[in-house]
Amino acid sequence: MAEITYREALNQALSEEISRDSNVVLMGEEVAQFKGSYKVSEGLLEEFGPERIIDTPISEAAFSGLAVGAAMMGMRPVVEFMFWSFSYVAFDQIFNNAASVRYMSGGLVNVPIVFRGPANGGTNVGATHSHTPENFAANTPGLKVICPSTPADAKGMMKAAIRDNDPVCVMENTILYNLKGEVPEDEDFIIPLGKARIALEGNDLSIIAHGRSVQVALQVAETLEEKHGVSAEVLDLRSIRPLDLEAILETVKKTNRVLLVEENKPFCGVDAQIAYLIQEHAFDHLDAPVKRISAIDVPQAYSKELENFQIPNHDRVLAKAMELL
Amino acid sequence: MAYALKTKGTKGACLCFMGDGATNQGSFYESLNLASLWNLPVIYVIENNGYSMGTSESRHSAGEPLARRGEAFDIDWSVHQGHDLYEVRSAIHNALSRARENSRPSVLEIVTYRYRGHSVADPDQTYRSKEEIEEYKENKDPINLFRDKLLKEGVLTDDKIKALDKAAKDEAEASAEFALASPFPDVSELMDDVYWETDNPEEKSSSGTIFFESSR
Repeated sequence: MAEITYREALNQALSEEISRDSNVVLMGEEVAQFKGSYKVSEGLLEEFGPERIIDTPISEAAFSGLAVGAAMMGMRPVVEFMFWSFSYVAFDQIFNNAASVRYMSGGLVNVPIVFRGPANGGTNVGATHSHTPENFAANTPGLKVICPSTPADAKGMMKAAIRDNDPVCVMENTILYNLKGEVPEDEDFIIPLGKARIALEGNDLSIIAHGRSVQVALQVAETLEEKHGVSAEVLDLRSIRPLDLEAILETVKKTNRVLLVEENKPFCGVDAQIAYLIQEHAFDHLDAPVKRISAIDVPQAYSKELENFQIPNHDRVLAKAMELL
Repeated sequence: MAYALKTKGTKGACLCFMGDGATNQGSFYESLNLASLWNLPVIYVIENNGYSMGTSESRHSAGEPLARRGEAFDIDWSVHQGHDLYEVRSAIHNALSRARENSRPSVLEIVTYRYRGHSVADPDQTYRSKEEIEEYKENKDPINLFRDKLLKEGVLTDDKIKALDKAAKDEAEASAEFALASPFPDVSELMDDVYWETDNPEEKSSSGTIFFESSR
Protein backbone atom coordinates (compact mmCIF):
# COMPACT_ATOMS: atom_id res chain seq x y z
CA MET A 1 0.00 0.00 0.00
CA ALA A 2 1.24 3.44 -0.89
CA GLU A 3 1.38 6.24 1.63
CA ILE A 4 -0.37 9.25 0.13
CA THR A 5 -2.11 12.39 1.33
CA TYR A 6 -5.85 12.84 1.86
CA ARG A 7 -5.76 15.22 -1.13
CA GLU A 8 -4.10 12.61 -3.36
CA ALA A 9 -6.55 9.99 -2.13
CA LEU A 10 -9.49 12.16 -3.22
CA ASN A 11 -7.76 12.81 -6.53
CA GLN A 12 -7.32 9.06 -7.10
CA ALA A 13 -10.95 8.38 -6.24
CA LEU A 14 -12.12 11.03 -8.71
CA SER A 15 -9.75 9.89 -11.42
CA GLU A 16 -10.69 6.23 -11.06
CA GLU A 17 -14.42 6.87 -11.03
CA ILE A 18 -14.28 9.28 -13.97
CA SER A 19 -12.37 6.58 -15.90
CA ARG A 20 -14.76 3.87 -14.82
CA ASP A 21 -18.08 5.51 -15.72
CA SER A 22 -18.59 7.91 -18.62
CA ASN A 23 -21.50 9.51 -16.74
CA VAL A 24 -19.20 10.92 -14.06
CA VAL A 25 -18.08 14.53 -14.48
CA LEU A 26 -16.49 16.97 -12.04
CA MET A 27 -17.64 20.57 -12.03
CA GLY A 28 -17.05 23.60 -9.87
CA GLU A 29 -15.15 26.81 -9.51
CA GLU A 30 -11.49 26.50 -10.52
CA VAL A 31 -11.54 22.70 -10.73
CA ALA A 32 -9.98 22.49 -14.21
CA GLN A 33 -7.40 25.02 -15.41
CA PHE A 34 -6.56 26.25 -11.93
CA LYS A 35 -6.26 22.56 -10.85
CA GLY A 36 -8.63 23.07 -7.93
CA SER A 37 -8.49 25.72 -5.23
CA TYR A 38 -6.91 23.10 -2.99
CA LYS A 39 -5.37 21.10 -5.84
CA VAL A 40 -7.66 18.15 -5.26
CA SER A 41 -8.35 17.95 -9.00
CA GLU A 42 -4.74 18.45 -10.09
CA GLY A 43 -3.98 16.62 -13.35
CA LEU A 44 -7.60 15.65 -14.05
CA LEU A 45 -8.13 18.22 -16.82
CA GLU A 46 -5.05 16.91 -18.63
CA GLU A 47 -6.24 13.34 -18.15
CA PHE A 48 -9.92 13.73 -19.04
CA GLY A 49 -10.34 17.02 -20.91
CA PRO A 50 -12.71 19.94 -20.45
CA GLU A 51 -15.85 17.90 -21.16
CA ARG A 52 -15.38 15.91 -17.97
CA ILE A 53 -13.56 18.41 -15.76
CA ILE A 54 -15.61 21.56 -16.00
CA ASP A 55 -14.79 25.05 -14.79
CA THR A 56 -17.89 26.98 -13.78
CA PRO A 57 -18.58 30.65 -13.13
CA ILE A 58 -19.08 31.71 -9.52
CA SER A 59 -22.70 30.55 -9.67
CA GLU A 60 -23.28 27.80 -7.12
CA ALA A 61 -27.04 27.92 -7.57
CA ALA A 62 -26.75 27.52 -11.35
CA PHE A 63 -24.18 24.73 -11.48
CA SER A 64 -25.70 22.83 -8.56
CA GLY A 65 -29.11 23.08 -10.22
CA LEU A 66 -27.65 22.07 -13.57
CA ALA A 67 -25.99 19.06 -11.95
CA VAL A 68 -29.24 18.01 -10.27
CA GLY A 69 -30.96 18.12 -13.68
CA ALA A 70 -28.09 16.14 -15.22
CA ALA A 71 -28.32 13.54 -12.43
CA MET A 72 -32.06 13.25 -13.09
CA MET A 73 -31.10 12.43 -16.69
CA GLY A 74 -28.78 9.62 -15.60
CA MET A 75 -25.43 11.39 -15.29
CA ARG A 76 -23.38 11.20 -12.10
CA PRO A 77 -22.06 14.71 -11.52
CA VAL A 78 -19.58 15.52 -8.78
CA VAL A 79 -20.07 19.14 -7.74
CA GLU A 80 -17.21 20.82 -5.92
CA PHE A 81 -17.83 23.70 -3.56
CA MET A 82 -14.71 25.72 -2.87
CA PHE A 83 -15.99 25.71 0.69
CA TRP A 84 -19.21 24.13 1.92
CA SER A 85 -19.92 27.64 3.21
CA PHE A 86 -20.46 28.64 -0.42
CA SER A 87 -23.13 26.00 -0.84
CA TYR A 88 -25.42 28.28 1.16
CA VAL A 89 -26.25 30.22 -2.01
CA ALA A 90 -27.34 26.90 -3.55
CA PHE A 91 -29.46 25.83 -0.59
CA ASP A 92 -32.57 25.49 -2.74
CA GLN A 93 -30.83 23.27 -5.28
CA ILE A 94 -29.36 20.92 -2.66
CA PHE A 95 -31.91 20.86 0.12
CA ASN A 96 -35.09 21.48 -1.83
CA ASN A 97 -34.34 19.86 -5.17
CA ALA A 98 -31.68 17.14 -4.88
CA ALA A 99 -33.13 15.87 -1.61
CA SER A 100 -36.77 15.86 -2.71
CA VAL A 101 -36.86 14.87 -6.38
CA ARG A 102 -37.04 11.15 -5.71
CA TYR A 103 -39.79 11.54 -3.13
CA MET A 104 -41.81 13.98 -5.21
CA SER A 105 -41.54 11.81 -8.33
CA GLY A 106 -42.88 8.80 -6.45
CA GLY A 107 -39.51 7.07 -6.77
CA LEU A 108 -39.39 7.46 -10.56
CA VAL A 109 -36.42 9.82 -10.75
CA ASN A 110 -33.12 9.27 -8.95
CA VAL A 111 -30.52 11.93 -8.21
CA PRO A 112 -27.11 10.21 -8.15
CA ILE A 113 -25.09 13.31 -7.37
CA VAL A 114 -22.13 14.10 -5.11
CA PHE A 115 -21.72 17.52 -3.52
CA ARG A 116 -18.21 17.83 -2.10
CA GLY A 117 -15.74 20.28 -0.65
CA PRO A 118 -14.13 21.32 2.59
CA ALA A 119 -16.29 22.06 5.64
CA ASN A 120 -14.07 23.07 8.49
CA GLY A 121 -12.64 25.77 10.64
CA GLY A 122 -9.12 26.14 11.89
CA THR A 123 -7.57 27.88 8.91
CA ASN A 124 -8.21 31.46 9.90
CA VAL A 125 -10.58 32.22 7.03
CA GLY A 126 -13.36 33.81 9.04
CA ALA A 127 -17.04 33.35 9.75
CA THR A 128 -18.31 33.06 6.17
CA HIS A 129 -15.79 30.42 5.03
CA SER A 130 -15.78 28.03 7.98
CA HIS A 131 -19.18 26.39 8.18
CA THR A 132 -19.70 22.72 9.04
CA PRO A 133 -23.19 21.99 7.68
CA GLU A 134 -23.19 18.22 8.18
CA ASN A 135 -26.02 18.70 10.68
CA PHE A 136 -28.19 20.62 8.18
CA ALA A 137 -27.59 18.00 5.54
CA ALA A 138 -28.22 15.11 7.92
CA ASN A 139 -31.41 16.83 9.02
CA THR A 140 -32.70 16.51 5.46
CA PRO A 141 -34.22 13.14 4.55
CA GLY A 142 -33.14 12.24 1.01
CA LEU A 143 -29.53 13.32 1.52
CA LYS A 144 -26.63 11.21 2.74
CA VAL A 145 -23.70 12.82 4.54
CA ILE A 146 -20.16 11.62 5.12
CA CYS A 147 -17.12 13.15 6.82
CA PRO A 148 -14.01 11.07 6.04
CA SER A 149 -11.13 11.62 8.45
CA THR A 150 -8.25 9.65 6.90
CA PRO A 151 -6.74 9.33 3.42
CA ALA A 152 -7.98 5.75 3.04
CA ASP A 153 -11.51 6.75 4.02
CA ALA A 154 -11.36 9.78 1.74
CA LYS A 155 -10.70 7.50 -1.20
CA GLY A 156 -12.93 4.57 -0.33
CA MET A 157 -15.88 6.68 0.75
CA MET A 158 -15.63 9.14 -2.16
CA LYS A 159 -15.76 6.17 -4.55
CA ALA A 160 -18.77 4.78 -2.69
CA ALA A 161 -20.44 8.21 -2.84
CA ILE A 162 -19.95 8.50 -6.60
CA ARG A 163 -21.36 5.00 -7.18
CA ASP A 164 -24.30 5.69 -4.85
CA ASN A 165 -27.71 6.21 -6.46
CA ASP A 166 -28.76 8.83 -3.90
CA PRO A 167 -27.40 12.36 -3.35
CA VAL A 168 -24.33 12.30 -1.10
CA CYS A 169 -22.76 15.32 0.62
CA VAL A 170 -19.04 14.75 1.21
CA MET A 171 -17.61 17.08 3.85
CA GLU A 172 -13.84 17.26 3.55
CA ASN A 173 -11.35 19.29 5.54
CA THR A 174 -8.62 21.61 4.29
CA ILE A 175 -6.40 20.79 7.26
CA LEU A 176 -6.68 17.09 6.52
CA TYR A 177 -5.73 17.54 2.85
CA ASN A 178 -2.04 17.15 3.76
CA LEU A 179 -2.57 14.25 6.16
CA LYS A 180 -0.69 11.16 5.00
CA GLY A 181 -1.76 7.57 5.36
CA GLU A 182 -1.74 4.20 3.68
CA VAL A 183 -4.30 3.88 0.93
CA PRO A 184 -5.11 0.73 -1.06
CA GLU A 185 -4.48 0.99 -4.80
CA ASP A 186 -7.26 -1.40 -5.74
CA GLU A 187 -9.65 0.29 -8.17
CA ASP A 188 -12.61 -1.29 -6.45
CA PHE A 189 -11.52 -0.24 -2.97
CA ILE A 190 -14.83 0.92 -1.53
CA ILE A 191 -15.71 1.83 2.02
CA PRO A 192 -19.45 1.44 2.38
CA LEU A 193 -21.36 4.42 3.74
CA GLY A 194 -22.79 3.98 7.22
CA LYS A 195 -19.93 1.95 8.63
CA ALA A 196 -18.07 3.47 11.58
CA ARG A 197 -14.48 2.56 12.40
CA ILE A 198 -12.74 1.93 15.70
CA ALA A 199 -9.75 4.25 15.30
CA LEU A 200 -8.29 3.15 18.62
CA GLU A 201 -9.33 0.39 21.00
CA GLY A 202 -9.71 1.18 24.68
CA ASN A 203 -11.66 0.30 27.79
CA ASP A 204 -12.23 3.26 30.10
CA LEU A 205 -13.91 5.85 27.95
CA SER A 206 -15.33 6.17 24.44
CA ILE A 207 -14.58 9.26 22.40
CA ILE A 208 -16.93 9.43 19.43
CA ALA A 209 -16.00 11.90 16.71
CA HIS A 210 -16.19 12.65 13.00
CA GLY A 211 -14.00 14.53 10.55
CA ARG A 212 -10.84 16.14 11.84
CA SER A 213 -12.11 15.83 15.42
CA VAL A 214 -11.14 12.15 15.10
CA GLN A 215 -7.49 13.20 14.77
CA VAL A 216 -7.84 15.45 17.83
CA ALA A 217 -9.51 12.61 19.74
CA LEU A 218 -6.58 10.32 18.91
CA GLN A 219 -4.09 12.87 20.27
CA VAL A 220 -6.16 13.23 23.44
CA ALA A 221 -6.32 9.44 23.80
CA GLU A 222 -2.54 9.34 23.63
CA THR A 223 -2.22 11.93 26.40
CA LEU A 224 -4.80 10.11 28.51
CA GLU A 225 -2.81 6.92 28.18
CA GLU A 226 0.60 8.47 28.79
CA LYS A 227 -0.19 10.98 31.52
CA HIS A 228 -3.22 9.51 33.25
CA GLY A 229 -3.10 5.80 32.56
CA VAL A 230 -6.55 5.97 31.00
CA SER A 231 -7.42 3.76 28.06
CA ALA A 232 -9.73 5.62 25.68
CA GLU A 233 -11.50 4.07 22.72
CA VAL A 234 -11.92 6.32 19.69
CA LEU A 235 -14.83 5.69 17.34
CA ASP A 236 -14.73 7.46 13.98
CA LEU A 237 -18.30 7.81 12.73
CA ARG A 238 -17.13 8.37 9.13
CA SER A 239 -20.73 8.62 7.94
CA ILE A 240 -23.39 10.81 9.58
CA ARG A 241 -26.38 9.65 7.56
CA PRO A 242 -26.60 6.68 7.36
CA LEU A 243 -25.30 6.39 10.91
CA ASP A 244 -23.66 3.32 12.42
CA LEU A 245 -25.80 3.26 15.54
CA GLU A 246 -24.74 -0.30 16.30
CA ALA A 247 -21.06 0.66 16.55
CA ILE A 248 -21.94 3.64 18.76
CA LEU A 249 -23.92 1.48 21.17
CA GLU A 250 -21.25 -1.21 21.16
CA THR A 251 -18.51 1.13 22.33
CA VAL A 252 -20.80 2.78 24.89
CA LYS A 253 -21.69 -0.63 26.32
CA LYS A 254 -17.99 -1.50 26.45
CA THR A 255 -16.65 1.56 28.28
CA ASN A 256 -19.82 2.99 29.90
CA ARG A 257 -18.52 6.55 29.55
CA VAL A 258 -18.82 8.65 26.47
CA LEU A 259 -17.47 11.91 25.17
CA LEU A 260 -18.77 13.28 21.87
CA VAL A 261 -16.45 15.56 19.91
CA GLU A 262 -17.34 17.55 16.82
CA GLU A 263 -16.49 20.78 15.05
CA ASN A 264 -20.19 21.48 14.53
CA LYS A 265 -21.77 24.23 16.62
CA PRO A 266 -23.56 22.76 19.64
CA PHE A 267 -27.24 23.62 19.16
CA CYS A 268 -28.86 20.90 17.04
CA GLY A 269 -25.40 19.67 16.07
CA VAL A 270 -24.85 16.08 14.97
CA ASP A 271 -23.81 15.07 18.48
CA ALA A 272 -27.10 16.31 19.96
CA GLN A 273 -28.83 13.53 18.00
CA ILE A 274 -26.16 11.00 18.97
CA ALA A 275 -26.45 11.87 22.66
CA TYR A 276 -30.21 11.34 22.37
CA LEU A 277 -29.75 7.95 20.68
CA ILE A 278 -27.28 6.82 23.35
CA GLN A 279 -29.61 7.70 26.22
CA GLU A 280 -32.51 6.04 24.42
CA HIS A 281 -30.75 2.79 23.60
CA ALA A 282 -28.00 2.44 26.23
CA PHE A 283 -29.18 4.41 29.25
CA ASP A 284 -28.57 1.55 31.63
CA HIS A 285 -25.02 1.15 30.39
CA LEU A 286 -23.95 4.69 31.27
CA ASP A 287 -21.87 5.27 34.38
CA ALA A 288 -21.86 9.04 33.79
CA PRO A 289 -23.86 11.57 31.80
CA VAL A 290 -22.89 11.84 28.14
CA LYS A 291 -20.44 14.72 27.70
CA ARG A 292 -20.11 16.70 24.58
CA ILE A 293 -17.64 19.17 23.16
CA SER A 294 -18.33 21.20 20.04
CA ALA A 295 -17.14 24.44 18.53
CA ILE A 296 -17.83 27.35 20.89
CA ASP A 297 -21.23 28.74 20.05
CA VAL A 298 -20.42 31.95 18.17
CA PRO A 299 -19.75 32.68 14.49
CA GLN A 300 -16.34 31.39 13.49
CA ALA A 301 -13.65 33.66 14.91
CA TYR A 302 -11.20 35.21 12.46
CA SER A 303 -8.41 35.69 14.98
CA LYS A 304 -6.20 32.63 14.83
CA GLU A 305 -5.77 32.53 18.60
CA LEU A 306 -9.51 32.68 19.18
CA GLU A 307 -10.35 30.18 16.50
CA ASN A 308 -7.80 27.69 17.81
CA PHE A 309 -9.63 27.85 21.09
CA GLN A 310 -13.07 27.85 19.52
CA ILE A 311 -12.87 24.55 17.69
CA PRO A 312 -12.38 21.48 19.89
CA ASN A 313 -8.62 21.44 20.47
CA HIS A 314 -6.48 18.96 22.38
CA ASP A 315 -6.62 20.80 25.71
CA ARG A 316 -10.34 21.48 25.70
CA VAL A 317 -11.15 17.89 24.73
CA LEU A 318 -8.73 16.54 27.34
CA ALA A 319 -10.28 18.67 30.09
CA LYS A 320 -13.76 17.45 29.16
CA ALA A 321 -12.55 13.83 29.09
CA MET A 322 -11.12 14.23 32.60
CA GLU A 323 -14.55 15.35 33.85
CA LEU A 324 -15.85 11.91 32.89
CA LEU A 325 -13.31 9.90 34.84
CA MET B 1 -31.27 18.54 -18.19
CA ALA B 2 -30.30 20.50 -21.30
CA TYR B 3 -26.67 20.03 -20.30
CA ALA B 4 -27.19 16.26 -20.03
CA LEU B 5 -28.91 16.16 -23.43
CA LYS B 6 -25.98 17.98 -24.96
CA THR B 7 -23.34 15.92 -23.16
CA LYS B 8 -24.99 12.64 -24.10
CA GLY B 9 -25.40 13.80 -27.69
CA THR B 10 -29.19 13.45 -27.59
CA LYS B 11 -31.09 15.74 -29.93
CA GLY B 12 -33.66 17.51 -27.81
CA ALA B 13 -34.42 20.48 -25.67
CA CYS B 14 -35.37 21.24 -22.11
CA LEU B 15 -38.43 23.45 -21.70
CA CYS B 16 -38.17 25.30 -18.44
CA PHE B 17 -41.43 26.91 -17.29
CA MET B 18 -41.73 29.66 -14.74
CA GLY B 19 -44.07 32.48 -13.79
CA ASP B 20 -43.41 36.19 -14.09
CA GLY B 21 -42.58 36.32 -10.38
CA ALA B 22 -39.79 33.73 -10.66
CA THR B 23 -37.84 35.94 -13.05
CA ASN B 24 -36.89 38.07 -10.05
CA GLN B 25 -34.95 35.25 -8.43
CA GLY B 26 -31.18 35.37 -8.71
CA SER B 27 -30.90 31.77 -9.86
CA PHE B 28 -32.76 32.79 -13.08
CA TYR B 29 -29.84 35.01 -14.12
CA GLU B 30 -27.19 32.50 -13.06
CA SER B 31 -29.00 29.95 -15.16
CA LEU B 32 -29.29 32.25 -18.21
CA ASN B 33 -25.57 32.93 -18.00
CA LEU B 34 -24.64 29.22 -17.96
CA ALA B 35 -27.12 28.36 -20.71
CA SER B 36 -25.66 30.97 -23.04
CA LEU B 37 -22.05 30.46 -22.00
CA TRP B 38 -22.26 26.70 -22.54
CA ASN B 39 -24.65 26.82 -25.53
CA LEU B 40 -27.34 24.69 -23.91
CA PRO B 41 -30.54 23.62 -25.68
CA VAL B 42 -32.97 25.13 -23.19
CA ILE B 43 -36.10 27.21 -23.66
CA TYR B 44 -37.08 29.44 -20.75
CA VAL B 45 -40.83 29.95 -20.95
CA ILE B 46 -42.07 32.80 -18.79
CA GLU B 47 -45.80 32.36 -18.33
CA ASN B 48 -46.59 35.95 -17.49
CA ASN B 49 -50.07 36.13 -16.01
CA GLY B 50 -49.42 39.58 -14.61
CA TYR B 51 -49.27 38.61 -10.97
CA SER B 52 -46.73 36.91 -8.74
CA MET B 53 -49.28 35.68 -6.21
CA GLY B 54 -50.90 39.00 -5.34
CA THR B 55 -48.20 41.38 -6.56
CA SER B 56 -48.83 42.82 -10.00
CA GLU B 57 -46.06 43.02 -12.56
CA SER B 58 -45.86 46.80 -12.26
CA ARG B 59 -45.18 46.37 -8.54
CA HIS B 60 -42.65 43.50 -8.88
CA SER B 61 -40.56 44.13 -11.97
CA ALA B 62 -38.43 46.86 -13.41
CA GLY B 63 -37.13 46.67 -16.95
CA GLU B 64 -40.00 45.22 -18.93
CA PRO B 65 -40.65 43.20 -20.94
CA LEU B 66 -39.36 40.41 -18.74
CA ALA B 67 -38.02 38.35 -21.64
CA ARG B 68 -35.65 41.21 -22.50
CA ARG B 69 -33.59 40.08 -19.54
CA GLY B 70 -32.18 37.40 -21.87
CA GLU B 71 -30.59 40.16 -23.96
CA ALA B 72 -27.85 40.74 -21.39
CA PHE B 73 -26.67 37.17 -21.97
CA ASP B 74 -26.95 37.22 -25.78
CA ILE B 75 -29.99 34.97 -25.66
CA ASP B 76 -32.72 35.30 -28.30
CA TRP B 77 -35.90 36.52 -26.66
CA SER B 78 -39.42 37.38 -27.70
CA VAL B 79 -42.83 38.19 -26.25
CA HIS B 80 -46.01 36.43 -27.40
CA GLN B 81 -49.71 36.63 -26.77
CA GLY B 82 -50.82 33.53 -24.94
CA HIS B 83 -54.38 33.82 -26.23
CA ASP B 84 -53.17 33.28 -29.80
CA LEU B 85 -52.58 29.56 -30.15
CA TYR B 86 -50.88 29.80 -33.54
CA GLU B 87 -48.51 32.50 -32.34
CA VAL B 88 -47.46 30.42 -29.33
CA ARG B 89 -47.04 27.32 -31.45
CA SER B 90 -44.83 29.12 -33.92
CA ALA B 91 -42.73 30.74 -31.18
CA ILE B 92 -42.13 27.39 -29.50
CA HIS B 93 -41.33 25.83 -32.86
CA ASN B 94 -38.67 28.44 -33.59
CA ALA B 95 -37.14 28.12 -30.15
CA LEU B 96 -37.11 24.32 -30.42
CA SER B 97 -35.32 24.55 -33.76
CA ARG B 98 -32.78 26.92 -32.25
CA ALA B 99 -32.21 24.45 -29.42
CA ARG B 100 -32.08 21.31 -31.53
CA GLU B 101 -30.21 22.64 -34.53
CA ASN B 102 -27.89 25.23 -33.00
CA SER B 103 -27.85 24.22 -29.34
CA ARG B 104 -28.78 27.74 -28.28
CA PRO B 105 -31.14 28.87 -25.52
CA SER B 106 -34.19 31.13 -25.90
CA VAL B 107 -36.34 33.14 -23.55
CA LEU B 108 -40.03 33.26 -24.49
CA GLU B 109 -42.44 35.40 -22.57
CA ILE B 110 -46.03 34.25 -23.04
CA VAL B 111 -48.50 36.88 -21.88
CA THR B 112 -51.46 35.16 -20.32
CA TYR B 113 -53.90 35.42 -17.43
CA ARG B 114 -55.48 33.41 -14.65
CA TYR B 115 -59.12 33.43 -13.62
CA ARG B 116 -58.61 32.01 -10.16
CA GLY B 117 -56.43 33.05 -7.26
CA HIS B 118 -52.82 31.89 -7.01
CA SER B 119 -53.69 29.05 -4.65
CA VAL B 120 -56.29 27.91 -2.15
CA ALA B 121 -54.79 30.47 0.21
CA ASP B 122 -55.63 33.33 -2.17
CA PRO B 123 -59.21 34.60 -1.81
CA ASP B 124 -58.46 36.85 -4.80
CA GLN B 125 -60.12 39.93 -3.36
CA THR B 126 -57.36 42.40 -2.65
CA TYR B 127 -55.24 43.00 -5.70
CA ARG B 128 -57.36 43.05 -8.88
CA SER B 129 -60.86 43.85 -9.97
CA LYS B 130 -63.66 41.55 -11.03
CA GLU B 131 -63.98 43.73 -14.15
CA GLU B 132 -60.41 42.92 -15.15
CA ILE B 133 -61.14 39.20 -14.97
CA GLU B 134 -64.38 39.57 -16.92
CA GLU B 135 -62.67 41.68 -19.54
CA TYR B 136 -60.12 38.93 -20.23
CA LYS B 137 -62.76 36.22 -20.32
CA GLU B 138 -64.75 38.28 -22.77
CA ASN B 139 -61.96 39.22 -25.17
CA LYS B 140 -58.93 37.00 -24.72
CA ASP B 141 -59.98 33.58 -23.47
CA PRO B 142 -57.65 31.36 -25.57
CA ILE B 143 -60.07 28.44 -25.79
CA ASN B 144 -63.00 30.58 -26.87
CA LEU B 145 -60.90 32.47 -29.39
CA PHE B 146 -59.59 29.26 -30.93
CA ARG B 147 -63.10 27.81 -30.96
CA ASP B 148 -64.44 30.85 -32.79
CA LYS B 149 -61.61 30.68 -35.30
CA LEU B 150 -62.24 27.01 -36.06
CA LEU B 151 -65.95 27.71 -36.31
CA LYS B 152 -65.32 30.48 -38.82
CA GLU B 153 -62.99 28.22 -40.82
CA GLY B 154 -65.64 25.53 -40.89
CA VAL B 155 -63.52 23.00 -39.02
CA LEU B 156 -66.01 22.94 -36.15
CA THR B 157 -69.80 23.12 -35.98
CA ASP B 158 -71.94 24.15 -33.02
CA ASP B 159 -72.86 20.53 -32.46
CA LYS B 160 -69.26 19.40 -32.47
CA ILE B 161 -68.39 22.15 -30.00
CA LYS B 162 -71.16 21.06 -27.66
CA ALA B 163 -69.99 17.46 -27.90
CA LEU B 164 -66.37 18.42 -27.22
CA ASP B 165 -67.38 20.57 -24.26
CA LYS B 166 -69.47 17.79 -22.83
CA ALA B 167 -66.73 15.18 -23.29
CA ALA B 168 -64.20 17.44 -21.56
CA LYS B 169 -66.55 18.17 -18.66
CA ASP B 170 -67.41 14.48 -18.30
CA GLU B 171 -63.75 13.56 -18.22
CA ALA B 172 -63.01 16.17 -15.57
CA GLU B 173 -66.01 15.07 -13.56
CA ALA B 174 -64.98 11.41 -13.76
CA SER B 175 -61.41 12.28 -12.71
CA ALA B 176 -62.66 14.21 -9.70
CA GLU B 177 -64.97 11.36 -8.73
CA PHE B 178 -62.16 8.85 -9.13
CA ALA B 179 -59.89 10.99 -6.93
CA LEU B 180 -62.53 11.39 -4.24
CA ALA B 181 -63.35 7.68 -4.28
CA SER B 182 -59.69 6.62 -4.06
CA PRO B 183 -58.30 5.79 -0.64
CA PHE B 184 -55.57 7.92 0.90
CA PRO B 185 -52.11 6.29 0.96
CA ASP B 186 -51.41 4.04 3.91
CA VAL B 187 -49.07 5.31 6.62
CA SER B 188 -46.76 2.43 5.71
CA GLU B 189 -46.06 4.22 2.40
CA LEU B 190 -44.81 7.38 4.10
CA MET B 191 -41.20 6.30 3.94
CA ASP B 192 -41.21 5.04 0.36
CA ASP B 193 -39.30 6.84 -2.40
CA VAL B 194 -36.92 8.79 -0.14
CA TYR B 195 -33.72 6.86 -0.90
CA TRP B 196 -33.07 4.55 -3.82
CA GLU B 197 -31.28 2.27 -1.37
CA THR B 198 -34.15 1.83 1.06
CA ASP B 199 -36.47 1.03 -1.84
CA ASN B 200 -33.97 -1.48 -3.28
CA PRO B 201 -32.72 -3.29 -0.18
CA GLU B 202 -31.42 -6.26 -2.15
CA GLU B 203 -28.97 -3.99 -4.02
CA LYS B 204 -28.10 -1.80 -1.05
CA SER B 205 -24.40 -1.13 -0.55
CA SER B 206 -24.48 1.02 2.60
CA SER B 207 -25.28 -0.02 6.13
CA GLY B 208 -26.36 1.74 9.29
CA THR B 209 -29.45 3.66 10.33
CA ILE B 210 -30.88 6.01 7.74
CA PHE B 211 -34.31 6.84 9.20
CA PHE B 212 -34.41 8.11 12.76
CA GLU B 213 -38.11 8.03 13.52
CA SER B 214 -39.82 5.27 11.64
CA SER B 215 -43.49 5.04 10.69
CA ARG B 216 -43.12 1.26 10.54
